[in-house]
This record gives sequence, C-alpha cells and structure tokens, in this order.
Amino acid sequence: MKTPLQQTTQAIVLATALLASGWASAADPAWHNLGRDATPAEVKAWDIDVRPDFKGLPKGSGSVNMGTNVWEDKCASCHGIFGESNEVFTPIIGGTTADDIKTGHVKGLAEGKSIVPQKTTIMKVATLSTLWDYINRAMPWNAPKSLTADEVYGVTAYLLNLASIVPADFTLSDKNMAEVQQRMPNRNGMVFYEPLWKVNGKGDVNNVACMKNCEVDPTVHSSLPAFARDAHGNVAEQNRLIGPVRGADTTQPPPKGSVGSVPAPKAVLAAASAAEGGDVKALLASNACTACHGVKNKIVGPGFNEIAAKHKGKADLEAYLVSKIKAGGSGVFGPVPMPAQPQLKDEDAQAIARWIAAGAP
Amino acid sequence: MSKDLSDVIGRVLPAPENFLSPDKLETARKARRRFMGNALAMGAGVAATASAGRALAADGEDAILKLPEHTTGLGQSVATDGYGKPSKWEANLQRRQSPGLTRVNQASVSFTPLQGLFGIITPSGLHFERHHQGWWDIDPSKHRLMVNGLVKRERVFTMDDLMRLPSVSRIHFIECGANGATEWGNVAVPTVQYTHGMVSCSEFTGVLLSTLLEMCGVDKKAAKFVLAEGADGSSMTRTIDFERAMDDCIVAWAMNGEMLRPENGYPLRLVVPGIQGVSWVKYLRRIEVGDQKWATKDEAVHYIDQMPDGSHRQYSGIQECKSVITTPSAGQTLLDKGYYNVTGLAWSGRGSVKRVDVSVDGGRNWRTARLEGPVLPKAFARFNIDWVWDGKPAILQSRAIDSTGYVQPKINQLRAVRGTRSVYHQNAVQSWLVSENGELSNVQVY
Repeated sequence: MKTPLQQTTQAIVLATALLASGWASAADPAWHNLGRDATPAEVKAWDIDVRPDFKGLPKGSGSVNMGTNVWEDKCASCHGIFGESNEVFTPIIGGTTADDIKTGHVKGLAEGKSIVPQKTTIMKVATLSTLWDYINRAMPWNAPKSLTADEVYGVTAYLLNLASIVPADFTLSDKNMAEVQQRMPNRNGMVFYEPLWKVNGKGDVNNVACMKNCEVDPTVHSSLPAFARDAHGNVAEQNRLIGPVRGADTTQPPPKGSVGSVPAPKAVLAAASAAEGGDVKALLASNACTACHGVKNKIVGPGFNEIAAKHKGKADLEAYLVSKIKAGGSGVFGPVPMPAQPQLKDEDAQAIARWIAAGAP
Repeated sequence: MSKDLSDVIGRVLPAPENFLSPDKLETARKARRRFMGNALAMGAGVAATASAGRALAADGEDAILKLPEHTTGLGQSVATDGYGKPSKWEANLQRRQSPGLTRVNQASVSFTPLQGLFGIITPSGLHFERHHQGWWDIDPSKHRLMVNGLVKRERVFTMDDLMRLPSVSRIHFIECGANGATEWGNVAVPTVQYTHGMVSCSEFTGVLLSTLLEMCGVDKKAAKFVLAEGADGSSMTRTIDFERAMDDCIVAWAMNGEMLRPENGYPLRLVVPGIQGVSWVKYLRRIEVGDQKWATKDEAVHYIDQMPDGSHRQYSGIQECKSVITTPSAGQTLLDKGYYNVTGLAWSGRGSVKRVDVSVDGGRNWRTARLEGPVLPKAFARFNIDWVWDGKPAILQSRAIDSTGYVQPKINQLRAVRGTRSVYHQNAVQSWLVSENGELSNVQVY
C-alpha cells in the first residue's frame, strides 16, 4: 500500500508526462493536419491563371467577328466601340505601329516619341497571356467571370485586330496563341531589374547624406498652381481643430502679410452631410452608374437630366426607366450600349427611376 | 529656457538661402550673421509675443471660470457605443479621395490623413484603401484558402483552420506603388494626405505563409515563385518571390487587434513586408506555387517603371527608403512664430530606418532628428525635431537613411535615372514651403 506522499508523487509524475505529450514536437506538429485535401474539381474551379508560357490556358477559340458582337454588347460601354475610349478607363488600343510589330518595341514609349496623348494598354502589354487572363478573370466590369472561354478568345481576337496584329478574318485559339505572341508590339519592351525585386538588392539612385552647406539648386522648381488651391475642398476641414497648426482656409486666397497679420483660420468641423439627392446619389455611386452618366453631363451615356428631358411627359415613365436600367439597351442616345444591370435590386432600380422621372434634381 | 532650445534657436536661418539670387544670397548671409548674434535675445522676444497673443480677461478664462455642462451634468452611460468611434471633434480627419484621380469609385483609392496622426500605428478606420473592382464584406464561414501547384498535397483551409494555427503579430507598413505619383511631374496636390497618404502602418496577425507552404509539402527545389490570388471580382493576382514567401510573409486575418476591416481584405489578406501594397492581395483565396512569373495584368500593364528609352522595368516591387514631414505640412497654417515640434514618418522596404535628417533651409543644412521607439524592420519610424520659427520663409525637408545605408534621394536624382514619365515608386525628399503668412505649401526644390 502506498503512502499518501507516494500517491501524490506518482500523480505529479503522471501529470507531467501527460503535459509533455501535449506539446507539439517540431518534427510532427499537432496542427500539421489542419485543413483538408482539395478535390480535383475544386482546383479546376479556382486555378484559372494563365502564364506567359500559356500554362493554364483552356482549349477553345473565338473569331474576330464573334468577339465584335461580345464587345459591343458587354465591353464597349466602358471602353468604346474601338477600345479607344478614355471616358471610363484608359484606352486599350492606339499608339502602336506596323514597325512596332516587327521590332517588338513600341517606339511611342520613348520620351517624346508618342503618337497618342497617353499610354494605352496595347503599347505596354508584352505578353498575350496577360490580356487573356485578365479578361477571363475580371471582365466584364460589372459581371466578372461571366464570359465563356470561347468568348474570351473572341474578345481578345477583336482587340488584336483593332491593333492590326491579326487580320479581320482571324480566329484566335489555344493552338495559335504562341504564334500571335510573336507579333505583340511591345513583346521586347519589358526589362527585369533584380535589385528592385529582391529585398536585399541595392537601389538604382545614389544620394549622399551631406549635412552642411550642401549644394542646392537656388530655384523653387514647382509650386502648387493657384487653381489647385481649393481643388481638394477646404483644407481647413481636413485638419484637427486643436494643436500647434490649423488647416488653411482654402476657400479664401492665401493671406497677405506676415504671420499673425490676419486672424487665425476659423476652425470648421466638416459636416457629415447627406449627398445631394439623398440615397439615390449613393445608389448611383455604389452601382457605378456615375462612371458612365453625369447628373448634368454626358460621360459615356447621357446625363441623368438629359434622360429626364428626353422622356418628359411620357406615360409610365418610371416603369420604362426601370426596364431600361435592368435590361440595358442602345439606340436611344447613340450606338454605345448600356449593359444590363441584373445585380440591381428592384426597389433600388425603382428609386433611381423615380428620381430621374422627377427631372434628376 | 533650456540650453538645448537656445542651441536650436541659434540654428534658425533668416531666409531660405537656396532659392535667392547670388546677390540676395550674400545679403541673407550677412543678415544671418547678425541674426546669430541676436538669437538668444530674439528667443525671449518670441516667447513674449506668444503669451501676449492670448489676451486674458481680468479674472481669467471662461473655460476655467464658467463651469461647463460636462462638469455639472450627467454624462453618457457605459457602452453606449458597443464598438466605439472617435470623438465628434475629430471628424475632420477622414480617408478622402483625390477628386478626378479615378473615374470609377470601385477602382479607386482613398488617402490616409497623415497630417493628423501620431506614433506609428494607423487607426484601422483611417487605413488607406485601394480597390480594383469594389470591396466586399465576405462571410468568413464561407471563405476558403486553397494552396495548389508545386506542393505534395493541394489543400483547402477554412478560417477556423487558419486561426487555429500558430500565429505571429508584426508591425509593418504597407504602401501603394503609386504613392507619391503626383510628384513625378510638377506639384499638383495641396496636402500630405494626397502626396503621401497611400501608406499606412499596422500590426498584422496571422499565420506565416511559410508555415502553410511547409504543411502542404512545398517542392523547395522546383518552387521559384508563388501566385497570390484574391476572391473579389478582380481576383487580383500577383507574383511573389519564393524566397520572400518563405521569409516574412503573413496570411493575416487581423489588423491592430481586431479582424481586418472589409475595405482592407476581411477576412484574409496577404502581408508582404517591404513590397508594394498591390502584392498584399486582399480577400486572399489561393496561393499557387510555380516555377515562373505570371505577368498578370497588375504586374505587366501597371506597377511597371517607364524608363526614358521606352523600356519598362517589370517586378520592381520594393518600396525603397522614404520619409515625409507630416506636421507641419502643406495646407497647414502656423498660428504664430516660435517653437514647433517638427514630426514625420520614415520607412524602408529593405529594413529598418537608421536615421532621419531634417532641413529648414531647403536642403542646404541638415540636423539629425530624434527617432522614437520602437524602430522596427519594414515599419514606420516616427521622428521629431525642435524648430523655432522666426516668421521668415523657410523650406522644410526630411531625408531618411535605412539599415542598408541607402539615402532617400532628391526628385532630380530619381528623374536622372528613371526619366519624368514614371508613375510608380517615387520616394524622393519632399519639400514644404513656409510662407511669411504662416501657410505651408507643397513645392519642389532640389
């Protein structure tokens, strides 16, 4: 029979052993099996990336013709019929030449050589896989991943045709992507500079930390233009009301004279005001309507008040507008179609329609 | 007055000499010598002016003499606001968009109000946002992370799985590759919020990416890169160096002690310390291990550096050493002459900040600022320095040096290498002009 002391000792030894076995060993951590194996169907559903060597590219094909139709229906409203619009996103097509296709260097990217006002996608993109992959994963803008693989080939073919890389009767497919890659205007335009990729690299610019009487250029080379003073609103309302400094009141011209010669700027608390037009304005912004429509001005589509003016007095105007908003369409204000908005809730579509019918105040 | 402060006063220059013509420069130098002699006397004068400016009623201030309601009434009850908000008096500090910068709100950016923040942690509600196809508030019980490619076992993790794994909490800055883009050309925006506000610094909590890759049996011989992919509409994809992936990358679910905010990737985002923010994929759903770079849209069309000859540097993702004075800064007004604590932030994607120098004469003379602790790798460092403003024009600049010895460059030095038409990775010394009226504005001098 064990004494109480012996029993206690035994209990402690046992407890220690149990405790020790509870710690994960480095060789076989206890959490090692958290998670589960992915099924082949799951990997297939998510593993959608396409690399420059075209690994990951699904089988399929699409003609320039087919792509034209998809484009006009689903892409032109943001990018323009010819991929050249600068209204919503920067232009995709433009700025490349037949010579660029030969050399694989877009001449227009060198300083002072551009033939278009800004850099387009086709001037920059070096790898055809990049175009295909992005259209496939992220387009159309309001309904990403809704295109079939063939449609992605078609739309890509259409863009390549606009850039004169392939002829109008061309059909792009997984079989000829590598060949077409050899005609990409900027295929040789990318360089890799390892020191800006590796954390332990060294930069490309050298400054030295001079401390006294350092050489400086005795000119102010650039300062904020007068028109930009209030371009970001009243800066006084973007600063704290206490402390050693106040925000400048940019609704007023800068004070003349020395510090203290004018009263300190009045402290203003920015009012958390509701947007003009209340909830509808918020709806328009959150559904990206304002990307294409201004209230009083045309962007890609007509201004909301232009829509109101055109249909003034129309019977059942609200219902008409709801159907146009939900189903999209083209022809009323020109050839650029408005895409359907199936994601919009009925009550939201109605609120927008009611607001437009009231004259888009 | 302490000895330190008199030293400081002695160093104040009467005019920013660097932008004066040679003859005016000589006049200013003479004035400076006279000024140095009178510095102490003037310091006393400044103090007198400051107190004279605040006239008191005979009995004292109303703020003391008239007892306010909050001293004589009953206040709010506990937990009136279960998840608290800042004081209503702080409502001016907001994330803001720069008007006209983007056409579509879902592919836009908001800027952190650096001009009003303290220390090195960015409040989560003021952390800058950049979205490529709008943000989502994703149900964490339905969110999954998949690891596939060059691994022994392709695996799927739930949030429950991930949050049971051994975690780390580390403070890191995140900066958009385009932060400071408006400064490549001429000055265009009015405040530090818009020049530098696409940077924030937070404590991130999550599991090391290397832990997950080890668990999946990553093929260390074949693996060269990983692809990170998001679950939002844009399914943002970025190539990460395998060496980086196995080093300090974090698959993070928390920021500053709370779960990530939806605008910052709730419930899961990748943290890639030192690398531009676009690689910190939000709503992270997939990590693929591969042996080639992917050249995805945001590493082939954007986030590339245009060189003068027309070539593009691709994959230049390091955010190099940079600093900026946040208070006082452009758009702010100095209320009076006298003492100011000049403060700002410095950071480096290559390591930790070693030193920050500050100039008040447009870069001619520099003094070393105090670095406040902690100074952590790939994190913000806060610097402070004393300055007594004499009411004359001045140009404030800060210049950071990191643990590799790299010195933050001037804008003309950057342009000499990368030309003038680049958009990304602008890390030049910033200049704020202090005018005689007390207003600060954004200028470029070098």
